[in-house]
Amino acid sequence: MRVCVVGCGAIGSLFAARLATLPEVEVWAYDVGAEHVAAINADGLRLTGRADIVARLQARTDAAEIPPCEFGIVAVKAMFTEPAIAATASVFADGAVCSVQNGVGNEEVIAGHTPRVIRGTTFPAGHMVAPGVVEMDTTGETWIGPFEDRPASMAEVERLADALTRSGMPTQALGDARGAQWTKLIFNAASNPLGALTGLTHGRVCELAPMRALVSGLIAEGVAVAAALGITLDSDPEALIDHAARVAYDHRASMLQDVIARRRTEIDALNGGIARFGRERGVPTPLNEAIVALIGGVEHSWTSQPETR
Amino acid sequence: MTPRVAIVGAGTIGSLLAGHLGTVCEVSVLTRRPEHARLLREHGLRVSGKHELVAEVFATSVADELPAFDVAIFACKALDLDESAARLAGRCPGATVMTVQNGLGAEEVVARHGPWPVISAVTFMSGIRHSDRHVEYELDTATWMGPWARTATPLAAVEELAALLIAAGLEAEAMPDLLPAQWSKLIFNSAVNTVAAVTELPHVALFAREDELTDLGHLVHGLILEGVAVAAAAGVALHDDPWEMNVLAVRRGETGHSDYAHVPSMLEDVRARRATEVDFITGALVREALRLGVPAPLNTALYRLVKAREAAWGARPVVVA
Repeated sequence: MRVCVVGCGAIGSLFAARLATLPEVEVWAYDVGAEHVAAINADGLRLTGRADIVARLQARTDAAEIPPCEFGIVAVKAMFTEPAIAATASVFADGAVCSVQNGVGNEEVIAGHTPRVIRGTTFPAGHMVAPGVVEMDTTGETWIGPFEDRPASMAEVERLADALTRSGMPTQALGDARGAQWTKLIFNAASNPLGALTGLTHGRVCELAPMRALVSGLIAEGVAVAAALGITLDSDPEALIDHAARVAYDHRASMLQDVIARRRTEIDALNGGIARFGRERGVPTPLNEAIVALIGGVEHSWTSQPETR
Repeated sequence: MTPRVAIVGAGTIGSLLAGHLGTVCEVSVLTRRPEHARLLREHGLRVSGKHELVAEVFATSVADELPAFDVAIFACKALDLDESAARLAGRCPGATVMTVQNGLGAEEVVARHGPWPVISAVTFMSGIRHSDRHVEYELDTATWMGPWARTATPLAAVEELAALLIAAGLEAEAMPDLLPAQWSKLIFNSAVNTVAAVTELPHVALFAREDELTDLGHLVHGLILEGVAVAAAAGVALHDDPWEMNVLAVRRGETGHSDYAHVPSMLEDVRARRATEVDFITGALVREALRLGVPAPLNTALYRLVKAREAAWGARPVVVA
């Protein structure tokens, strides 16, 4: 089984390194970071933290050097899906490509370039420590299923889930993976940007009653859009928020980390995705739209700093 | 006879008023810090920018040392108004007082501390405070003034004070009912200041851009439309369309100096990690919306976000009148 991970950042590295521990899996990685790619080829890909692995795999910045693969795992940030899959499309001419990215709308982009697509949602998280080194911060499950518009076969989905699970990434193959994806989407969209806009940790956002009410307002819009799409959520986002407030009180949302580092955020795939699908279905999402506009304003403030006084 | 004017608070607006009025009448300034008062007494107050002048003013940080006045103008921030008005309690009962604070409710706060007839005002002038004794006059836009109905202030008193401001070189207009102008500015400020405070963007052209679905102008417009609905429910016919005010302000900010944009005061507060005036602006609008049964979800969301930002840096909690 030959697999290519597209985007070997924190999440991509978790998948690539784990899969490479299986003797029957040949793992390739496509990444635009030349230094990172060179480090992986020279010393292997190292996971630290909640994992301790040094995996041997082939990494490339040029997709033409990657042989045809049966499976793809796309893990780039949502705004880079289009260029990344366009660059690697030939690798997957007869492959099934699975997104494990944040938000919604990524599978649609992948389907524009590849024949068979798998919808995926993953909970593990990590961060890059150095070229070739990723620290795994949290473990968790992954859910995958055929993408409705250009589906991979259920047999392919099960094969990938089986390999991932055996490699130490517990993964469920589902006939309909939308519920898992939208549950995480709604959770993320109601928590991530509020941390980013206020500088507060998740726990502090939740203990301020007015902010917790705003969280609920965002969740309600997301739930209404999911319902209009005929999606059954696999758990209650409100309960997930409160659970996270207890177990991850001091967690700084990844979008807050992006804002502090002045990196472009994934807002378009999160709240922007809810708003887009809402418009399609005629479900109003004014709060999610407001959040998209505000994060857009924050990002704008880094690039165009007028003479301010 | 020219009136004796006391200016309470010498921030940007207070300094602009004191500096200009100091050239046409007797002006005293009540500061918070003794050092500030000493500098003003010894060096005078310099105004640069649209006007160049140095005014001699009497200044003190001790309320009892403030000479008798015919007019007092409270130019402090809304957050400091209650304490500032208390410092003048019992002084000059025959005087007229004017409030120029952002938002709603300043008149009530001042009226709790004295029997003075109150003039309501909103000011659109802006400046940059370079030091305790130097303020730059930036935008020479008007101050609008009107009698506060609850103290039955005569319109003539408003007109006299407006004439004095004009004689001093400032733009001013007396109007029989200030509520339409006050609400126009309230709605404008609620939208522009909170968006600036949350995004840390100065008032740039993006605030009025509505080309793409996700452009910030849609949010600003949505905030303003909510405010307009609240004003309508309150029976206030607006003096200016706040969206037009936004469009014009952005245009003015961009002409002549292509990359210049005004920094709304709430953004200044955020940058300085100070408590903001959001309770008096968006908070006041949201409370009015609740009272009148008008939905204001966007203003509520922005109000909550600004309050949460304050909580993030531990700003002192504000008690709202």
